Amino acid sequence: MPEKAMLPEGFSDAPISIWRRSLNFLATLAAVGAVILVLLPLGAIFGYLLYRGLGSINWAFLTQIPKPPGESGGGMANAIGGSVYLLLIASAFGVPLGIGAGIYLSEYGRGTRFGNLVRFTADVLNGVPSIIVGIVAYGLVVLAEGHFSALAGGVALAIMMVPTITRATEEMLLLVPQAVREAAYGLGVSRWRTTLSITLRTATSGVITGVMLAFARVAGETAPLLFTAFGNQYWNWKANQPTAALSLQIFTYAISPFDDWHRQAWAGALILIVLIVASVGAVRFVAGRGMLRGAS
Amino acid sequence: MANRALGAPRLTGPQPVPEEAVAARPSAQVDSLIKAGDSRVADRAFFFAMLACALSVLALVGLIVYELVTKSSLSWHAFGWKFFFRSEWDPVNDQYGALPFVYGTLVSSILALLIAVPLAVGVAVYITEMSPRWLRGGLAFTTELLAAIPSVIYGLWAIFVLVPLLRQYVQPFLARYLGWTGLFDGPPYGIGMLAAGIILAIMVIPIVSSITREVMTSVPQQQREAVLALGATRWEMIRTGVLRNARAGIAGGVILGLGRALGETMAVTMVIGNRPEIARSLFAPGYTMASVIANEFSEATGDLYLSALVEVALALFIVTIIVNILAQFLVWTVTRGTPARGHA
Repeated sequence: MPEKAMLPEGFSDAPISIWRRSLNFLATLAAVGAVILVLLPLGAIFGYLLYRGLGSINWAFLTQIPKPPGESGGGMANAIGGSVYLLLIASAFGVPLGIGAGIYLSEYGRGTRFGNLVRFTADVLNGVPSIIVGIVAYGLVVLAEGHFSALAGGVALAIMMVPTITRATEEMLLLVPQAVREAAYGLGVSRWRTTLSITLRTATSGVITGVMLAFARVAGETAPLLFTAFGNQYWNWKANQPTAALSLQIFTYAISPFDDWHRQAWAGALILIVLIVASVGAVRFVAGRGMLRGAS
Repeated sequence: MANRALGAPRLTGPQPVPEEAVAARPSAQVDSLIKAGDSRVADRAFFFAMLACALSVLALVGLIVYELVTKSSLSWHAFGWKFFFRSEWDPVNDQYGALPFVYGTLVSSILALLIAVPLAVGVAVYITEMSPRWLRGGLAFTTELLAAIPSVIYGLWAIFVLVPLLRQYVQPFLARYLGWTGLFDGPPYGIGMLAAGIILAIMVIPIVSSITREVMTSVPQQQREAVLALGATRWEMIRTGVLRNARAGIAGGVILGLGRALGETMAVTMVIGNRPEIARSLFAPGYTMASVIANEFSEATGDLYLSALVEVALALFIVTIIVNILAQFLVWTVTRGTPARGHA
């Protein structure tokens, strides 16, 4: 064989041994198996949600408030409204705070010791279990007011939104080229105006992505609402009164002994997941085509 | 411009500029930006506003620590360190010990990692190294979708699908063939430590696998090519060229998953059985730190009871913070280009 002579010393053209081949094959098989095993529960969860949920969503479910325990019928209208209300309160606190901290980190705190401290603290806050955030909101709002309230629930969710939004805003603003800022300064535009009208404006789609991700993360949270928003069988639009929330209602109904409530828990879960997946999907769609890629 | 059909000639030097463009004044929009008057006051005000936002992030963490420490002091003074080694949890007689919760949290989390890590790494390996290009994005998105499902929906699914499945098929099977280990005996309720571990595993997989994927992608392509050029099979390339270089980062992902599992509340509360007992069998019901807070906090009567619950929360807080910081450090060593070999 003429090829043999071409090989450098110490190399052989012996075929890869059966052992190594089969190991390679087994490893591939294992990886494919892992993918299947992971997709299985995902499929099962969505399949079950659709199967149990779709059959249970009806007009009454979307428009009525819960019936007393044991009676069938009624719906989750007040819980859906309550979730939206809580998210609005949370956004009112969390979004400006998060964006402001993000602006500080990228425009003033780049490479400074204080900036690094804030960045690190935001990451720490991101890892705090949600139930603990609930305790803090309880101490902060519920004890001060003397009773459970929508405000307390909103504050708990806001605390959870802040770190996500801060880091997303920072990352997006860092992607804006320095030349854009310098161009504005060169025209004599003041620094604050540059930040708001030029830098933040350029990064808008990315910042919105961050806000939506925080939204999606918080929308299904239950643990911090247990002893803040507390839940409510009736409509409530007062910030200082307990309010219902979709996630809380799902929890209460899931662990209840009534079949009709189980049915409604599935319907509520389907609505919740559709809201969340729709917002995450929208975010990916926006992030995938805007100039600011790599947002999520 | 000799021939219009040829289009404009390509000029290599500076292009001629029409007179109007040079003479033009700033547009109305730029004008309005500049006409801000004296900007020094406004700039300072803006700076302080942003600084206040940044400070509030620090304040929030400070507030969490303050709330937890002050509210738990009563229980701390009553029980001291022994709080974490007593297994009595008796609200009626005001005796509190957190050992069953610590045990439940640790066992369910470790069980979750034992199930989740091989699967998550397998998925990451498949997505980054093996899958055809067209499948890659879809698979990554699908696994990330698992992370978007709220905890309470996992719990709902676990109660009505996973638990019956365990009770009817999995637990009798495990009891028959592995019952001798002592880990799988007792009545198959379905609900219990095993169910909690499995549902936690499903919840942790997307985190571990997305970090692993990120870390594996940051291993330079030349590394793979070099190993393949030496005649390695694909698996040998992945093992020696990729996984070995990424192991510190993968460890970071695993620990991040641990942090998530430790603090996870709702899904676990719904399936673990909520009984403060320490049992060897994984079929037995248990209780975790997060779920005891979720179940009892709003009903806790008595200052010592409340304080004991807050102390459980404080312990959980400290552990998750340490775990998260460690994880971030490990991931950072790989993705920031620091040689991972130093940590081998």
